Amino acid sequence: MNLDAKIPSGPMAQKWDKHRFDLKLVNPANKRKYEVIVVGSGLAGASAAATLAELGYNVKCFCFQDSPRRAHSIAAQGGINAAKNYQNDGDSVHRLFYDTVKGGDYRSREANVHRLAQVSVNIIDQCAAQGVPFAREYGGLLANRSFGGAQVSRTFYARGQTGQQLLLGAYSSLSRQIGLGKVQMFPRTEMLDVVLVDGHAKGIVVRDMVSGEISRHSAHAVVLATGGYGNAFFLSTNAMGCNVTATFRAYKRGAAFANPCYTQIHPTCIPVSGDHQSKLTLMSESLRNDGRVWVPKSQSVAEKIRKGELKASDVAEGDRDYYLERKYPSFGNLVPRDVASRNTKEACDDGRGVVGSGLGVYLDFEDAIKRLGESAVRERYGNLFDMYEKITGSNAYQNPMTIFPAVHYTMGGLWVDYNLMSNVPGLYVVGEANFSDHGANRLGASALMQGLADGYFVLPYTIGQYLAGVAPDDRTDTNSAEFVGTEETVRAQIDKLLSVKGKRTPTSFHRELGQIIWDECGMARNKTGLEAAIKKIPELRAEFWENLNVPGENGSLNQSLEQAGRVADFLEFGELMCRDALQREESCGGHFREEHQTPEGEAKRDDKNFSFVGAWEYKGENQTPELHKENLVYEEVKMTQRSYK
Amino acid sequence: MDKLMNLKLKVWRQDDADDVGRFEEYQADDISPDMSFLEMLDVVNEGLIGSGKEPIAFDSDCREGICGSCSMVINGTAHGGQKGTTACQLHMRHFSDGMTITIEPWRATAFPVHRDLVVDRTAFDRIQQKGGFISVRTGSVPDANAIPVSKDESDLAMDAAQCIGCGACVAACKNASAMLFVAAKISHLSLVPQGQPERERRALAMVKQMDDEGFGNCTVTGSCEAVCPKEISLDFIARMNREYGRALIKKGTI
Repeated sequence: MNLDAKIPSGPMAQKWDKHRFDLKLVNPANKRKYEVIVVGSGLAGASAAATLAELGYNVKCFCFQDSPRRAHSIAAQGGINAAKNYQNDGDSVHRLFYDTVKGGDYRSREANVHRLAQVSVNIIDQCAAQGVPFAREYGGLLANRSFGGAQVSRTFYARGQTGQQLLLGAYSSLSRQIGLGKVQMFPRTEMLDVVLVDGHAKGIVVRDMVSGEISRHSAHAVVLATGGYGNAFFLSTNAMGCNVTATFRAYKRGAAFANPCYTQIHPTCIPVSGDHQSKLTLMSESLRNDGRVWVPKSQSVAEKIRKGELKASDVAEGDRDYYLERKYPSFGNLVPRDVASRNTKEACDDGRGVVGSGLGVYLDFEDAIKRLGESAVRERYGNLFDMYEKITGSNAYQNPMTIFPAVHYTMGGLWVDYNLMSNVPGLYVVGEANFSDHGANRLGASALMQGLADGYFVLPYTIGQYLAGVAPDDRTDTNSAEFVGTEETVRAQIDKLLSVKGKRTPTSFHRELGQIIWDECGMARNKTGLEAAIKKIPELRAEFWENLNVPGENGSLNQSLEQAGRVADFLEFGELMCRDALQREESCGGHFREEHQTPEGEAKRDDKNFSFVGAWEYKGENQTPELHKENLVYEEVKMTQRSYK
Repeated sequence: MDKLMNLKLKVWRQDDADDVGRFEEYQADDISPDMSFLEMLDVVNEGLIGSGKEPIAFDSDCREGICGSCSMVINGTAHGGQKGTTACQLHMRHFSDGMTITIEPWRATAFPVHRDLVVDRTAFDRIQQKGGFISVRTGSVPDANAIPVSKDESDLAMDAAQCIGCGACVAACKNASAMLFVAAKISHLSLVPQGQPERERRALAMVKQMDDEGFGNCTVTGSCEAVCPKEISLDFIARMNREYGRALIKKGTI
C-alpha cells in the first residue's frame, strides 16, 4: 500500500502557497464537463459542494437527513478558532499551528496543520460575508473568547450555537447553487458503497430512504464528508444517524483507515440516567471557566449522596476534593479534555461518584454565583443551565450540575495525503471523516475550523490536480460491470439483513457493542481488555447475523433496516478500533494505555517507536487487517511531554 | 428514582403518502420520568419489533433540540407544549401515570406524510434556494472586520437566525402558514449590512416560492410563536411584511 503523503517541499510557512501554484488547473471552460459526487452535507460537505459548484463543476450532493441543513455540525456549541489576532494578544498562524500540533500530542501531520492555521483566517471572512451573525462588540467588530484552555482569545462564536450558524451559512451557499442548478441535492439518501473502476473511485451506490430504491451514480471524483464514528460506542454526543458506513465501506474497497483508536471523550456531558438512554448531551466546555469540579473526599459520603441520604450542600468545604485544582494547580479546571475526562473516571472508579449509577461528578457554580452574582452567571451560561434543567429537571443555580465524560469526536478517519485524497485515486475525504489534522487529541473550537477549511479552501484547489489528469469523457457508464456488481453487493447485504428473522433488534446489538467498546476501548485501555474485546466482538457479530430481527421490507421507509445496516458496519469497525488501540503500545492524547503512564499517572508517549500514523488495510471478511505506517516527521515543532501541572 | 408510569398512546400510522392513515393504540409501560419523549417512543418501538410489528417511524437526529428533525404533534400541540422545547428535549416527567397521549405528524398540504410521523419538508429547502442566501463566492470577500455590524442589529439578526426549520410553526397554524419560518430568514439577512444588495430580490422571491408551495397566509393568531422551540418572535412577520412591501415599491410593482 502506497502511503505517500505528498507533502510539498520548502519551508513550512511556504508549502501551501508553493503547492497551490504547482497544482494543475482545470480549464474554466472544461469545468462544466466534470461531475463530482459529495457525500454528506455538514460543514465540510456543504462548503465543498457549494464551492466546487461555484467553480463550475457539476455536483451531486447526498445526505441521509431530510435536509442538508440538519447535518450534525449543527450541534457544535462553542466556537471556531482562527488566527486573526484581532485581540492583539500575540496570536499568529504559527501559534495556532503550534498549539494544534502540541494539543494533538504530536501525532498529526505538521504540513496539514500549518495549512489549516493559514486558511483559518479566510474562513471567518467567508462566514461574515455570508451574513453569519457572529458575536460582536459595541464598536461593530467581531468579538472573541478564549476557549479550551488556549492562552489567546482566538475563538469566534455565535451565542452557544456557532455550529448551527456556520452550517446555515454553508447551507445558504449550497442552496444558492442548488437553485442555480449546479448542485443536484439528494436528501434522505444513504450511500451504501463506493464504485471502483481500475482502482479509481468513479461513483457510488445509494439507497433512497423513502422508497427503498437502489441507484447508481457515476462521477469523475467522489468526496466523502460523512463525519466521525463516535456512535460505535452507541452512547455518544453524536446524532442518532451518525454512522461509519460510508467510510467503512470505502475501507472495504481499499481505502486505508488511519488511527481508528483516536477518539475524544468530552469531560462535561450529562450523565446517563438509565437503560433507556439513546444519546448523551454535551454541556459546553465553557462551563469549566467558572464551574468547579469536585467529588467528596470520602467514599462513604459519596455513597450516602448516591442513596439520596445527603445532598451536595451537606458536604463541608473541607470534605470536598476539587481534584483537578489539586492535581493541576496552574490549569485547574481548564486542563485539556482528555486529562479532565480521565481524572473524572479515576474519581468514579475510586467509588466517589455522586449520581445513582456512580458515574458522575459535580460541576459546581456556587463560588461563581457568590463572586459574580446569579445574574452574571445567567448571562454567561443561561441557555446551558436551561438545557440542563430541561433534561435533568434540576436547577443548577441551586444545586451543582452533575457531569460525566462522553464520546464526542473521533480524530481517526480515512487516510488522506496532503491533497486530502485517500490512497484510492479519485476518492477524497474531508472534515471529521479524515484523520489528518488533530493527531491524537482535538482542541476545542477546531472541528468547525477544519471542516470549513477542507471544504472551502483546500479541496476545491487540490481536486483540480486529479481532475486535470482525467479526460472529461472518461466517465464510467452506470451500466458497467463494476457498477452493476457493486449494486448487487449492496442488494445482497440488504436482503441478508431482512432475511435473518431472528429475535433481537438492531438497537440491542448496538447497545451491547457500545458497552464492550466503552469498557475496553474507552477512556483507558489495556492489553487484556482489548484482547478480550477483539474476541467478544466477532462473537456478537456472529450472533447478529443469526438472531437479528428487522421487520418490514426494503421497498419503503424502514428505519430498522437503515439502522441494521449501520450496526453491521459498527460491528466490524469496532474490532478495528480495538486492534489499533492494541498495537499502539503508548499513551497519547485521547488514547490512554494503562501500561504506559508516567509515575503521576499522565499519558506517556513513545516517540521513538510510535511516531507514525497507523493506517489499516482491509484484507477480506474475518481476515486480520494489515497495518501500514506513515512516519511523522517534525521539522518545526519540538516534541515535548505535555504538562498542565 | 421517581415512580415509573404506565401510559396509553394513540399514534397516527400511515404506510405511505397514498395511504389514508389511522390511529392505533399502544401501551407504554414502565416509563421513567427521566426519559425523553423520543426515548419513550424508542422503548415502545423495541416492544413492537419484538412482537413482530413494524415500529412507529419518526424523524429525529441530534436529540438536543438544534437539528430540527423531530416533528410531532403531542396531545394537539406541536412539540408537546413545553415552552421553547423540541419533542426530543421534552421529558416524561411532564406527564403522569395513566395518561393517554395522542401523537400525530405535522399536518399541512405542503408537508405530505412519508410514513407515520415522518413528513416531507423539502418545501422549506426550496424556499431557501430561491433567495435565502447572500450571493458571495468562496474567496471573493473582504476582511471580516472591514464591515462593522452594530451589536444590536447583529443580536436581533441572531434572534431570527436561530430558526431550526422544524416546521412546528406550520403545523400549529390553522392556515398552515410558513410565514414565521420565511420571516426569520428574510429578517436575518435584511438586518446585516452584507444582505442589503439583494434585499428586495430576496423578499420577493422567497415569498413567491412560499405561496407556490401551498402554504397558507398569516392571520396573526400567534400560534406559531407559541410553539416555536426557538421562541422566534411574531415581530419578524411584521418585519417581513415591511420588507415585502418595500420591495414591491422599490421594484415598481405597485
